[in-house]
Parts: sequence; C-alpha cells; structure tokens
Amino acid sequence: MTIQQDEIEKIAELARIRIAPEEAAELTSRIANILTLVDQLQAIDTAGVEPMANPLDAVQRLRADTVTEANQRDVFQAIAPAVENGLYLVPKVIE
Amino acid sequence: MSWEVVIGLEVHLQLATRSKIFSGAATAFGAEPNTQACAVDLAMPGMLPVLNEQAVRYAVMFGLGIGAEIGLRSVFDRKNYFYPDLPKGYQISQFQEPIVGRGEFEIQLEDGSTRSIGITRAHLEEDAGKSLHEDFHGMTGIDLNRAGTPLLEIVSEPDLRNAEEAVAYLKTLHSLVTYLGISDGNMAEGSMRCDINLSLRRAGSTTLGTRAEIKNVNSFRFVEKAIHHEIERQAEILEAGGQVVQETRLYDADRDETRSMRSKEVANDYRYFPEPDLLPVVIDQAWVESIRATLPELPPAKRQRFVSDYGLSSYDAGVLAANRALADYYEAVVEGCTDAKIAANWVQVELLGQLNRGELELGQSPVGAAALAGLIQRILDGSISGKIAKQVFEAMWAGEGDADTIIAARGLQQVSDSGALEALVDEVVGGNPAQVAQYLAADEGKRKKLVGFFVGQIMKLSKGQANPQMVNELLNKKLAAAGSDGES
Amino acid sequence: MHELSVAQLSLGLREKQFSSVELTRSYLDRIRALDGHYNSFVTVDENGALAAAAAADTRLAAGETGPLLGIPLAHKDIFCSRGVRTSCGSKMLDNFVPPYDATVATRLRDAGTVMLGKTNMDEFAMGSSSESSFYGPVRNPWHSDCVPGGSSGGSAAAVAARLAPLATGTDTGGSIRQPAAFCGITGLKPTYGRVSRLGMVAFASSLDQGGPMARSAEDCALLLNAMAGFDPLDSTSSELPVEDYSVGLQQPLAGLRIGLPREYFGAGLDAATGERIHAALALLEQLGAILVDISLPHTGLSIPTYYIIAPAEASTNLSRFDGVRYGYRCQQPRDLHDLYTRSRQEGFGDEVKRRILVGTYALSAGYYDAYYRKAQQVRRLIQEDFLKAFEQVDMIAGPTTPGPAFTLGAKGSDPLAMYLEDVYTLAVNLAGLPGMSVPAGLVDGMPVGLQLIGQHFREARLLNVGHQLQQASDWHRQVPPVGARSAGEGVWSSPGLSPAERAPTEWAPTERAPAERAPTERAPTGGAP
Repeated sequence: MTIQQDEIEKIAELARIRIAPEEAAELTSRIANILTLVDQLQAIDTAGVEPMANPLDAVQRLRADTVTEANQRDVFQAIAPAVENGLYLVPKVIE
Repeated sequence: MSWEVVIGLEVHLQLATRSKIFSGAATAFGAEPNTQACAVDLAMPGMLPVLNEQAVRYAVMFGLGIGAEIGLRSVFDRKNYFYPDLPKGYQISQFQEPIVGRGEFEIQLEDGSTRSIGITRAHLEEDAGKSLHEDFHGMTGIDLNRAGTPLLEIVSEPDLRNAEEAVAYLKTLHSLVTYLGISDGNMAEGSMRCDINLSLRRAGSTTLGTRAEIKNVNSFRFVEKAIHHEIERQAEILEAGGQVVQETRLYDADRDETRSMRSKEVANDYRYFPEPDLLPVVIDQAWVESIRATLPELPPAKRQRFVSDYGLSSYDAGVLAANRALADYYEAVVEGCTDAKIAANWVQVELLGQLNRGELELGQSPVGAAALAGLIQRILDGSISGKIAKQVFEAMWAGEGDADTIIAARGLQQVSDSGALEALVDEVVGGNPAQVAQYLAADEGKRKKLVGFFVGQIMKLSKGQANPQMVNELLNKKLAAAGSDGES
Repeated sequence: MHELSVAQLSLGLREKQFSSVELTRSYLDRIRALDGHYNSFVTVDENGALAAAAAADTRLAAGETGPLLGIPLAHKDIFCSRGVRTSCGSKMLDNFVPPYDATVATRLRDAGTVMLGKTNMDEFAMGSSSESSFYGPVRNPWHSDCVPGGSSGGSAAAVAARLAPLATGTDTGGSIRQPAAFCGITGLKPTYGRVSRLGMVAFASSLDQGGPMARSAEDCALLLNAMAGFDPLDSTSSELPVEDYSVGLQQPLAGLRIGLPREYFGAGLDAATGERIHAALALLEQLGAILVDISLPHTGLSIPTYYIIAPAEASTNLSRFDGVRYGYRCQQPRDLHDLYTRSRQEGFGDEVKRRILVGTYALSAGYYDAYYRKAQQVRRLIQEDFLKAFEQVDMIAGPTTPGPAFTLGAKGSDPLAMYLEDVYTLAVNLAGLPGMSVPAGLVDGMPVGLQLIGQHFREARLLNVGHQLQQASDWHRQVPPVGARSAGEGVWSSPGLSPAERAPTEWAPTERAPAERAPTERAPTGGAP
C-alpha cells in the first residue's frame, strides 16, 4: 500500500498536527517506508485468530462508587496556559 | 404528496452515581467550574480510568427493565476526536460490544392506544465537559466538571412516526429510568438529552430517506417543536424536488428552528479501537439475577395491577403508574382510605390540579398521602360531602391543618341529624306549594327532575352541609305524604 | 563508595559508616562533575534529594531499617514527580510540573529512597537511542561517540557511569533491556501488569511497563521489590501477590531448562556479539542449566506488529497534549484549530509526529481491519509461540540486541534501521512477558547483553538466573573507562556531534521565568516524614 501526500495531509488534520508544506514530501516518503515495513502482515493468514488487545487474559475490576477526589482546581490551574474565573480558556469555539 | 416520517432517538442519560464513571470525582450538579474535575478528568499525563461499579449496575438495571439481552462481556473503546471539552482527545465509550443489547418497551399514546418501540442497544460512556461562549472577550471558557459523568446512551430503532410518539417514547423512558432510580431524569439540568434522527419517505415506501440528526434537544416540548420544524423543512426540500443532506443540525429553542452544525461535519473519523487502559467488563449471570431481584415493580406491571386490583380504567392506571412517586402516593392514599376509585379521582383531579397550578413537584405537595386519605375517609363516612371536601382540601393545601381540624374549625360537619334535616325539608316543602303541586301532578319521569329543585333549595339553606342521601330520603317521604294528604 | 552494591550501601548506612546525606551529596557531586559529558539527567533536584536524605537519616537514626532506606536513585523523566518537572524528553512538557506522583515514585519514596533527579530519554519514550530528547542526546559512558540505547538511555548511562546506584526505566519495546545491554548494566522489564502504570506518561498502554535498572540482578531485585504491586488505580495492574525477589536469588540452576530460539541467532546477529552470548550461555550450562533448541516462528513479525500497535495506541494517548490544560501552547493562536495544530507541530519532535501519523492512519476508517486488527491477531500468534515454547522450557535466552551500541547519528536519518534494532526485544512486550538483560562481556570495548525471557510473573526466576550468572562471572563489574576516573582525570574525546543546544540541567526557555520552575527553588518534596 503506498500512501499519497494528500492522504498524509488528511491524517495530519485528523491528528491535529500542522505540517509545513516543505516537510510534506519527505514525511510522506518516510511514512510510506514504515507502511511498507508493516505491510508484511498482510501476507499472514490470521483467519479465526482472536485479536489480542491486552497481554493478560484479565477482566476489568470495578471500583466502589465513592467520591475520593477533593477539589484541587488551584493546583491544576497553576500549570495551565490560560485560565480565567476557574475556566480553561481557548480561542472561541464556533458551533 | 404524502410523506411518512421515520424517527429514531438517541438518548444520553446521566446515571445517578455519586462519583464519575472512571474517577473518584463528584458528579453533583451546579458546582463552581472545574472544582469537580480531578486529574483523571483533566487527562493529566499518566492518569488512568477505573470503572465505577454502580454505573455498570445501573446499565444492567436498565437492560433488565426493557427485557434486553445483557452483555455479559462488554468492551470499552476509544472514540477519537479533538474538542476542548474532551480533555483526553477521545471519549471512552462502547462501540462493538455494548453492555445492553436489543430490547423494547411499550409506549402509551394520548388516545390510550399502545405501541411497542424497539431499543437497538444501550451503552456506557463518559460525558464531556461544557464550553461557555459568553463573557470571555472572544475566548471560550471550558468547565470540565461534567467530564466523566457516566452516561447511558440509549438508541431506539427508527420505529417512531411522529412527534407525539417521540414525546410518548421519551416520557415512557423517563418514567422507566426514574422508577429504576438510575437517573434523576432532570432534563433542565441535562440529565436526559436527546438526539433526533429524522427522515421522510414516500408513504408506502420501505426504504429509508436521507436523515438529518438534530443534536441535544433537552425538553419534551422542544423535541415536539424540533420534530415539527424538521418535518416541515425536509418536506419543503423534497417537494421542491431537492435532496435532504445528511448532516448534524442544532435545535435553537430561542428561534424555534434547526440549523446546520458545520463545525461537526469536518471529516469525522472517530478511529474507534478497544480502550487499552481498561479490560473487558465481564459480569456473571448470578450478579445479573441478584440485580433483577432488586428491581422495583415497573410502570407496565403497575398499570396492569392498578386495573385488575383497583378496578381503574387503563388510562387512569397509566397516569398514576407513570411516575413512581405519584404511584407510591396514590397507593398510600388507597391504603389509608380503602376506596381505590375515589382515591384515584382525588389524586388525579384535585392533587395534580393543585400541583400544576402551583407548578410544584409531588415532593413539594403540602398535603401528604395520609392527610388526603383522612379527608377521603370523611367523605366515605358521611361527615362531609364531596363538594365540601373540595373546600376542605383547599384549606389543607393552604396549610390550615388536617381535614378533621378544618371541618371542626369551619363547622363543615355534614348535617345528618334527621330532626334538623326534617325541619329543613319541611320548610322547603311548606314554602313552595306551587312546586309541590307541580310535582304531584307530574309523571314518574318528570318527578325526578323536580326533586332536584327541592334538593337544591335544601342544600342552599344548609350551606351545602345537609347529607344529600338523607335529604333525598326525607324529601321522598315528605312529598309522598303531601300527595296522600291531598288525595285524602 | 560508588562501586558498592545496594546491599552494601544499606549496611553502610545502618552501621553509620556514612549518612544518607553524605551518600547523596557524593552522587550529586559526581553528577555535577561528570554529567556534562553524558547528559543523562534532564533535571537534578539537589534540594529535594538532600531533604529526602536528611529525612532518611532521621528514620535510620530511629532504628528503622529497610533495604532501600536512604539509597539514592534516579527516575526516568517519564514518571510524574510532584513538584519536579516531568518532561518526558519533550518540549511539549518542558514546563510541566505535575502536582502528583506516579505510583512508582510514591512507592519508592515510601521505601525511603532519595530521588537525585530525572533522567533523559527519547521523547515520549519513542526511540532506541535516546537521541530524540528535547534536551539533546545522551552519550554512552563506554564511548562518547556511541548512543546509550533507548528510550531509558539516561537511566542506563547514569547507572553505568556510577551517577546513581539505581534507576527506574520503562520498557515498551525494549526500552529498559536494550540500553541496559548497551551500557553494560542489568535491567528488567516485568510482566505486563506487575508495576503500576499510574502517573507514568503513557506511550503504548498495552505494552508499557516500568522496571528496575541497576548494576546487578541483586540490586534490581531490591528495586523491583519496592516498585511492584497491585495498584487499584490502574485497571491493568495485576492483583497477584508479589514475591520477595531477593529470597530466591541463591537458588541453584541445576535442571533449569533454557530455550534458545533459533530465530534469535540468525543472520541478523553480529558475530562477535553472538560469541559473547554463547559464552554466557555456556556458563549457565556449567551452572547446571540445560540448553534446549526451540523455535519462535513469528519472531520476524514482531517488528511490523509492534510498529502498528505501539503507534496506534500512542496516537491517541498523545491527543491529550493539546495546549489547553497544561504543557506547551503555541504563541498567539489564531483560532482553536491553529491552537491545536501549531501547539502539536511545535511541541512534538519528528519521530513522535511520525508515529502519531502512522498510528492515526492505522486506526482510520478503511484501514483498521487491515492494520490494527490484523496486528492484534498476529500479536496473539506471537504470544502463542512463547506459550508453546514454555511447555518445553522454563526460560528463554538470547541476545538483547543484534550488536553493541551504534554511533550517535548513525540511524537518526533512517527510522527503519532504528526499528530493526528492537527485533529481539519487541515480542516480549507484545506477549506481556518479563524480560531481563544482563551484561555478557564486551565487543571491541562495548558491552553487550544476554536477554533472559521468563514466563508470566516469573520475575523471581529471571533474577535468580541473572544473579547466579553474576556470581560466576564479572561482566557486570566491568566499569566504563571515563566513569571509572574522577572528573578532569579522564581523557574525554569530544563528541563528533554538536553539543546539546541546551544544558541538561537547565530549563529550556519557556514563557515563564525558568527560575520560577527550577526544582531547586521549590519546597522539598522528596523524603519521608
């Protein structure tokens, strides 16, 4: 599977990473190389093999429904780039 | 051109857990911004989710409530997209293997008819935070208190055909989840939010038309209005020979219109994959059964019981059973007064009437079930008439005390003393000779009407306190006597 | 003092030969004198360390014992440390001072260890050379032209250069074992779920595992004892009880069946390295182990499988770095989209961005089945290879890497060549098994490592074998040439590369005044009450 530059641009948009126009060609070729490497898997017969999401065959533990976390807003917001009146600020979101 | 409307609803229900679905932060509504957002909710580096047992239990309760298949193994997935109210850049949800599979329930329409509506699935996920667009000099403020609140997303089949059915569906759902106690169902606080999928097709067609999704409609009334509006919009497009665009629209309650949400349209590719920070949720049948054993009697069963045990009409039973608190109140009144039908009448007409007028919730009613039962007992034992009882009820509502206190204080005790009543009857019969003569001359059919005149006069004299049954008996006796006097 | 084992240091502390403050100070002096060459530390927390050491001395004076009480160590800069910047080797987190500790950090603080500072690493642990750090590359103490391996290269170099007796590392595809091999130290990646991941900045959630790095298996056992254990806040943490890893170290190896996968001794293996591995295996045989030929037929597929799964998980794990709540935010974003895309463009390095893009692609609509799902299936085949092998053998052994450390910059231009370095280590993570690298001698003056792979939760056996090997050999006692000399004495060959743009122990420029964030200016956080 080869990947085209416009696909890389689409993926970069999904991942919200800006790609400078001058980087795009080289990035595309590097990613194409990686995809060539991983494409080896296409040749493997995996019919009937259950996908393995986690190395241990364990199941989810359930937590009791109790409130354990106190308000630490000041501590968390001391390391935030932009806050006002307890809110995190971002450029205007248009819906 | 006649169009058939096809509607499916996706309801996001906030579950009434104390803490969040994946963290130990509180879920209480209305806290100061970001004071209930802990390190997990803020997606601080290295933070991990741990699943809240109560959220799982509530989901199972819902599944049992609609007779659905319970997923004994369910899997959480990541749904990836960037939005400032979604701190991790993904929402933990269930995609391929939800906890609740197919089920259905019956909705009751205004005309008393019922329809069965399919539930495709229900799955657990986390709520997002809130974006506040006002007052930040062109910036948006993000409050993540809501982030991580457990949601049950309930997806219906496209079985609904009009706004009335959609609203009935939501009301039935609301009734079910509040019965189960898995959600407070407070729509004004966003505990139950609805997305509407709506399309039109030519009557008789079996293929679905292109649908639009209307997001976040948060009251029964808005659902109704949004559907009416959207039907009109799509019909106009189709009748002009156009095509409906598949898109997400937002209902604007202020302007009563839906409009396109273009921002959400940009190449959505959610890249779902199993959440590696959580393991498959495996529950056993024994646990499911133990939950089933704790389920309360649900509205359909209760409605049926009200019909069979109390002899109520299906409609009355439906109204009383729809709300758990109301049904409990009603049953308490029945227990206190022993007459289920009169109790039903009083609860539906007088109690609900007062609540509606005062825009009160049942819990705020100044008249409790025991007090209302006490009042009804005084009707049943003949102490007061039904008409007087309404006065007493109003006084009870105004906080003047219980029925007996008010009856005594206002001297409303029904006059059942035969001597006193006889004097009244004599006075009226003696004072209206012309009417008596008319009565005596009339045939059986007309006599009944004329009796009403005398009763009315007597009740007026007694200020409504005369025992109507005794008045009738005495009157009949007196009039009969007057007749035989005349003949003799 | 810097050649003493942890057990010897602990004895010295208990017998008042030296205090924890003195011990800590001597390491801090060493770091100050030598780390300019290695760049193994990103942050040195002198005040915090001395406060923690003083607290440990108080506990020691009160008669408290504990094998790690008062022992200095270094944390890989991927473990969140309250009040001390945790950068993960990235500009994205250059200004990030977490208000909380990773569970590993908490456990080690409670054990009385003294955190000297945070070690350098590949950015977000994505790499095998520690060259991709925002703070410049780490240099191998055995040769300044060579990489120390990665991603835990700072921890490996610090231990090898005797700048810390112990260090924590994390291993997603070999990131503890490969740098341990390249730097001539011992490092163990525990079974997936043995060590809590809470507060460890996530790279690939289903593969990441923290573990100990030290000069010997014996020291690793002591460190793992304190690191391992169930954490209710990590859903993937195992509830299996933890063994005392020191107890079984002396167990003889007679009858131990060790499988040698033929795929690990094929054409890709450097001949001289192969000789060292065979010599180490021969020694194990002399100690009573039985060597058995085995096959792990899907070994070759671990590279493509890993390079789908790890980037896929990473691509979404790293979505939280969006410039909104913490970390790097671009200057004057025009709009929300610009805030996201430019903060992430400027905050992430090239390799991180490549992996995010590959992972995003592998998960995107239309490719999920062909890539991600397929990789998860092959992952099971790889695990089944091991499970089948463990029906015949108790343990598996082979080289940790195809050869000794390569030179700085040698593979930087070609990510694929770098990926191939991990061929022997990746499968262990995919299968969730414990793996350890122990020194196996030198090839042209550079160390190589013997990898031991155990059954799930059999870390104790790995450490036992490592310890027995180390009792019978002195490969792990070999000291890198510069680290063996004191500062100024050593002839330091100037690295062929330009030095790091930023001094390692200083903060890179941020919007805020650097001093404000320097750990030495902050209230002491280390140490026990």
